[in-house]
Formats: sequence, C-alpha cells, structure tokens
Amino acid sequence: MGDMQDKPVGQGGPSPRRRFLREAAGVAGGACLLSLGVGLYAKQASALPAVALRPPGALAEADFLAACVRCGLCVRDCPYDTLKLAELGDGVATGTPYFTARRIACEMCEDFPCVAACPTGALDRSLTDIGKARMGLAVLIDHETCLNFLGLRCDVCYRVCPVIDKAITLERQHNPRSDRHAMLLPTVHSDYCTGCGKCEKSCVLPGEAAIKVLPVKLAQGSKAEHYRKGWEEKEAAGQSLIGEQIELPVRGLEGKSYGDTRVLPGQGPAPAPATPAQPGSGLDSGWKP
Amino acid sequence: MSAVTTAPKAARPRVGADAIASKGWLGAHKWLVLRRLSQFGILALFLAGPWFGLWIVKGNLSSSLTLDLLPLTDPFLLAQSLAAGTLPYKEALIGAGIVVAFYLLVGGRVFCSWVCPMNLVTDAAAWLRRRLGLKGGKIPSGDTRYWLLGLMLFAAFATGSLAWEWVNPVSMLHRGLIFGFGLAWGIVGGVFLYDLLIATRGWCGHICPMGAFYSLFGSTALVRVSAAHRSACDDCMDCFAVCPEPQVIRPALKAAGQDHPVILDRNCTNCGRCVDVCGRNVFRITTRFDRSES
Repeated sequence: MGDMQDKPVGQGGPSPRRRFLREAAGVAGGACLLSLGVGLYAKQASALPAVALRPPGALAEADFLAACVRCGLCVRDCPYDTLKLAELGDGVATGTPYFTARRIACEMCEDFPCVAACPTGALDRSLTDIGKARMGLAVLIDHETCLNFLGLRCDVCYRVCPVIDKAITLERQHNPRSDRHAMLLPTVHSDYCTGCGKCEKSCVLPGEAAIKVLPVKLAQGSKAEHYRKGWEEKEAAGQSLIGEQIELPVRGLEGKSYGDTRVLPGQGPAPAPATPAQPGSGLDSGWKP
Repeated sequence: MSAVTTAPKAARPRVGADAIASKGWLGAHKWLVLRRLSQFGILALFLAGPWFGLWIVKGNLSSSLTLDLLPLTDPFLLAQSLAAGTLPYKEALIGAGIVVAFYLLVGGRVFCSWVCPMNLVTDAAAWLRRRLGLKGGKIPSGDTRYWLLGLMLFAAFATGSLAWEWVNPVSMLHRGLIFGFGLAWGIVGGVFLYDLLIATRGWCGHICPMGAFYSLFGSTALVRVSAAHRSACDDCMDCFAVCPEPQVIRPALKAAGQDHPVILDRNCTNCGRCVDVCGRNVFRITTRFDRSES
C-alpha cells in the first residue's frame, strides 16, 4: 500500500526489508488490537435493553444489527415520532432505531411507512399485515399495583389495545377479598399481541406501568412440546386414552366427587394466626390472593 | 516524543503568507472556501428537514433519499453489511453503486475533503496545531488504515454485525449533528485531541478505515491536481504543511518516480489546499490526462 511513499533509508540503519517487516508488524499488531477491542465491544454491547423495542418488521436482533445501516430513514418517515435513533449512551446499538413504549407507542400504521423507508431490509417488507408484527409482547408484570388486580375497574390497557378482545381480554375471576365481587383481569394473548406498546403507554399508574411490553424472548416461556395435554389428547381420540379408572376415596375429601378438590369457605386449612409467623418458623408465607 | 514547543514567530512567516500577499486572501483561500461551502451545504441539506421541515434530503451519509427519488448509500457501510452476511434491498445496492461511480470519476477521497464532516474537525485540529506550533507526538504508519479496513470487514464477518459502526467517529458525527449526539461528542472530541496533540493529520491520514475504503476508488479519478508550474517552485514547503496527505505531492512536484506533474496518488483528496497556499501558482486542478507543464 505504501507504493508511493518509499522513504530514503538512513545510512547504516537496518536493511529496507527488515525495516519494512518491523513497521508492518507494528502496524498490523496495533490494528489487530484495535479491531479485537472493537469486535469484542460490538459483541458485548449488542444486547438490547428490555425497554427498547424495534420497529415493526425488524429482523431478529442479530440479523438486524448486520443489516441496519443506521441511516434513520425509518425515523424520518414515522408519522408519530415514535422511532428514535439510538445515541451513544442509550444502551442500544448506536444509530439503530428503537422506541420506548412508555414514551410514545407504535400506532400500527396499516401502510408501514417505516418499513417502506428502510433501504436495506433490516425492516422486512415481507411483513404486510401489521397485525402480524411482533415488536414485543405485553406482560401484565405487576399484579400488586395493577388496579384491576385490586378489584377496581380501570381497564385502560384493555380499552386502548388496537387488537381489543383478542390481544388483551378481561378474564373474570372471583374477588376473594370482598368475596362478592368479580376481578376482571387484563390478560394478554401472544397469538394477537403485536407489541405496539399502547397498553404500557396508557397505563394510568403515575410512573412505571403495571403492564409492559417486553422482548418476546423475555416475555414468553418456551412451549412444553414434550408435555401431552390429557384434555387435548382425549378430545382428539374421542375418549380417554387410559380407559375407565377405579375411583379411590381421597382422604379428607370423602364427601366430594372424584377429582373435585375445590375448597369451600370454612373447609380450608386453619386461618393464619393473628400474629404473623416468624420467618423460618412455618410454611405459611402469608400470601393472599 | 519531543516536548511541545512554541514556534519562533519571527523566524518564519505563516504558512500561506506568500500566497495571500501575491493573490489576496480570497485568491489564497478559493478552494478552501468552496470546500467549506460544499461541506456546510451538504450538511444544510440534511438539516433543512429536521430544522425547517424542508425535506430535500432524508437520512444521513450512511444512507439517504433525496427528493424521494435518489437513493445514496455509503459503500463502506454496504461492504460491512455484506461482510456481516446480509444482502440489502436494491435501494441500498443502487445507492452504493451511484456513490461508487461518482467517486470513481472524481476521486474516492473527494468524499473526505468535500463531504465528510469529520474533515472540519481534523482541519481545525491541524490548523490549531500549526498556529500553536505544536511539534512531536507519535504518528502511526499510513498503512494502519488499510489494516484496520481489512480487519473491520473481518470483524463484521466474525461478529455478524457492523462492528466498526459501534465506534465509527465519522458516521457518529454526521448522525449526531442530524439526529442527536448522546455521548458521541466524546469520540469526536477524542479525534480532535488526537490530531491536535498526538499525530498531525493522524485520523484522516493514517487511521480512518472509511477514508481507506474511499481511497480504493481513487486510482481512476478524472479530476486531479497537477504541479504544472513546478519549475516556479521555491521550496517554501507551504504545500507540504497544509496537505492532509503530504506524501502524494513529492512524486509530482519533484519528479520522484514519475516524469509528469500530475498527482495520481489515490490518497490525494483533491482538496485544492496546495493550489490555494502556493504563492507561485505551481498547482492547478485539472484532469488526469493533462500532463502538460507551463
């Protein structure tokens, strides 16, 4: 590469070849070290923080980091200023687009302006139905502060969901605190949730939301493929796979039909002592629904 | 590494003083002014959208769309992306093709001196270094950039991500000006301090793998600088002092290894500073075929 820059060799110095080799070794060594540092840094820092969501159609994170050229065209064409290019220090790969649901959620445009703007395919144009986008998965993460879990009727996350009654449903449950009311628990269904973040954005809690959109990988367990569900097998076969079973009495539940393990008020275990159990002194964790 | 010293002010007139005396300030800064207009003009095109809602150019130097029609993509980024194992959409491929074709005609490193915003930073550092008379430091070999270029493409391949873009001060600066900096100021400031205190023209001339990539398109440039009037040279060395790649001058000016006076080195950035700074009008910007002397 230094074809034009041969310098005169000093009298009595090392031979040109030796000098060249020594210089090349130094240069290559320095460049190798720098590259190694950059490579390791890139590898180390490529984990996406859980609150940073990629635009719809984004490739899987590893492929996305290879394809995205950090040009910001998707940011420019987002009509709602949802997307932001990561700045150094944001914890997201510098220059790549992301959004924070609690700040501005994705409005799920039908015509995908962000995807159409992407020149590289980091946002994949094979996604044509915004309902199929999987930017993340909403999780009702805090059952202690969620107003619906307290038996109140907030329902805001459910109401704002663009895929209402599919991605979020209200599941009715008995409220054991009042013992006469229902709790309607917002419940997310991964088959429909696009991860747009409207629920997290709209959660009425003052600071952090009780429902959050997380990367699918964080939000969802792997399916128990190895586990055959008896009720499904039974339905598929039209009958129980193991035939009729002998019914044996269950000690303590003699008055009930077989398999009925429901506990009625007054039947359950003795109520917790008035003074809370000392840590380590018993099995009662003090948990109440 | 010698200690930092202050230049004896009276001993030697300032670089370019002869040129200013013979051609006037504007004559001695013609190409510099044009170059600054080009750099700031391009930046203004990118900023007109976000600042004034005037969307002529969207995106940044990594990839952009002009008037919703013309895609342009940085071929260095595309090369990293290909090395990382992706084949981008045709917009990016066409955009990079247009950019490469353009620089094959005008000289790859025209990007460095007429477009790249980092040039403003390193020019400022070089200017300040001259004014303060800072000497010494440790300059890495000019080949470092080619090693870095190769290794960064390898790093992209090995990590499956655009490794250099994690730290690339050039794209960070341009993106930062348009989209917001975060802590990227620190990296840009680091380049400035490096050029000011440690290595003259260290970043652009020795390290930047992006510049090295563009220099690969520098061998066929039609536009070139010629030391056509080299017989008038009085060895004042001003051109060497201002040239960001001083090694490219000697073959043309001093007929070292070539007969004709045209600077054909692919690392010549066609910045035209030597044309400006020469009080004897030795240099001119012409074509690679114009090998006449006057």
